[in-house]
Amino acid sequence: MRAIVTVLGKDRVGIMSLVCSLLAERNVNILDISQTILQDYFTMVMLVDASESALPFAELAALLAAEGEKRDLDIRAQREDIFNAMHRI
Amino acid sequence: MINTNEILETIHMIDQQHLDIRTITMGISLLDCADPDPKSACRKIYEKITRQADRLVATGEAIEREFGIPIVNKRISVTPMALVAGASQCESYVPFAVAMDDAAKATGINFIGGFSALVQKGATPADRKLVASIPEALAITDYVCSSVNVGSTRAGINMDAVAAMGRTIKQAAERTADRGGFGCAKLVVFCNAVEDNPFMAGAFHGVGEPECVINVGVSGPGVVYHALQSVKGASFDVVAETIKKTAFRVTRMGQLVAQEASRRLGVPFGIVDLSLAPTPAIGDSVARILEEMGLAVCGTHGTTAALALLNDAVKKGGVMASSHVGGLSGAFIPVSEDEGMIAAAASGALHLDKLEAMTCVCSVGLDMIAVPGDTSAATISAIIADEAAIGMVNSKTTAVRIIPAPGKVVGDTVEFGGLLGSAPVMPVHPFGSDAFVARGGRIPAPMQSLKN
Repeated sequence: MRAIVTVLGKDRVGIMSLVCSLLAERNVNILDISQTILQDYFTMVMLVDASESALPFAELAALLAAEGEKRDLDIRAQREDIFNAMHRI
Repeated sequence: MINTNEILETIHMIDQQHLDIRTITMGISLLDCADPDPKSACRKIYEKITRQADRLVATGEAIEREFGIPIVNKRISVTPMALVAGASQCESYVPFAVAMDDAAKATGINFIGGFSALVQKGATPADRKLVASIPEALAITDYVCSSVNVGSTRAGINMDAVAAMGRTIKQAAERTADRGGFGCAKLVVFCNAVEDNPFMAGAFHGVGEPECVINVGVSGPGVVYHALQSVKGASFDVVAETIKKTAFRVTRMGQLVAQEASRRLGVPFGIVDLSLAPTPAIGDSVARILEEMGLAVCGTHGTTAALALLNDAVKKGGVMASSHVGGLSGAFIPVSEDEGMIAAAASGALHLDKLEAMTCVCSVGLDMIAVPGDTSAATISAIIADEAAIGMVNSKTTAVRIIPAPGKVVGDTVEFGGLLGSAPVMPVHPFGSDAFVARGGRIPAPMQSLKN
């Protein structure tokens, strides 16, 4: 199942590495990444495939959010369908 | 891949503009629970609701987590209880409300609608018993909502029922006087009630509905408000287009959630209700949308036109986004549940008469309005009759949810808390309508031609 992971927060060293490790450890494959810095603000959007992950998707989302919160980052994982529904006919 | 801006826009809508799914409401038919023994009927009702809705809350929460979209309420609507309880030999239907309440608590939902009667043309003994049971039922239960349909475009207005509902509302307020007349916040009087409304307090599961169904109500006043801020000063053509596009997106999300909930629960998808439902939170107000169109304050001249545009554009935008649209679909204008409406009413800019005019062009009616505690039953009945007449003549749903707040006078505020908010007590006309209401009988159904 494909999902969108977004990471928002103050830019600093190691954000990308952190998120990639968290995903890799749960066997989540990264399909595409787009990342920019907007006024010192780190903004990353990833398209991932979570179908091979043993962790149920809701738990993966909760885990990413909790790990992000510890480091003052807003990390969320949402199923891709919601964005397709809103922005594509 | 969807582009980054679109993804961030969606997240921004959810985080900062209060975009959410307002309710997933499961409609459950209770017609097969009718039983001559009231105890046995209540047991069947409890068992059927808890069986059907067993996974409703857990499923809603799972969808919330996976899609990252808040689903504010999970609710249940059932067959109008007068139709089910009518088979039982008993005088009071309060135990049926208690059975509904117990089932609501067991399933973890936050409101259950359907302690209802449909009496637009006349009442059966069961309908009368149900109406007589409403004040006590609403006082002793926590989650039960009640509605009574007193008129329709095809049947006219049952003025005996209108008179009875004025008295019932007064009694419901008195029975819950310690909570500001809270019982009345759970009681709606309808004209042209719809069978698939997912929104409380007026939801019930109509007899034309399947055994069990999932209906979803979307929201999004904050999103529309934000979108209009980007077209300041533009013509109404642009305003209407902007609202349509926004409503389309919001509704697409509702459609997705509805289909997902329906699939996971193994229950057919009914409708998406395209309503703009405000909350008392800042930035989630329908009144502020009207003000964004250029009105100094909601309630001033121009408000009705602004609301008409909003209501129509929401429907036009939403209707293509969903395979089945239904319910009330439009803009709600509940006074106590809308931060901008509360401010407008408290400042004296918004009066009952203007609200009545607004209900001619919005999705429902006079909603969550507090009036002085000494307002007579006849005056409340007359307010209901006026509102029902608007619905009857215009072939639309209208409703009255009014709270004669015990001991309160104009200038006071009644606090209900949560999504129900707080209501400034609004003045009513001091001139009586007693002889008018006392006539009884029926106001005949209107002409459907010679429209002027």
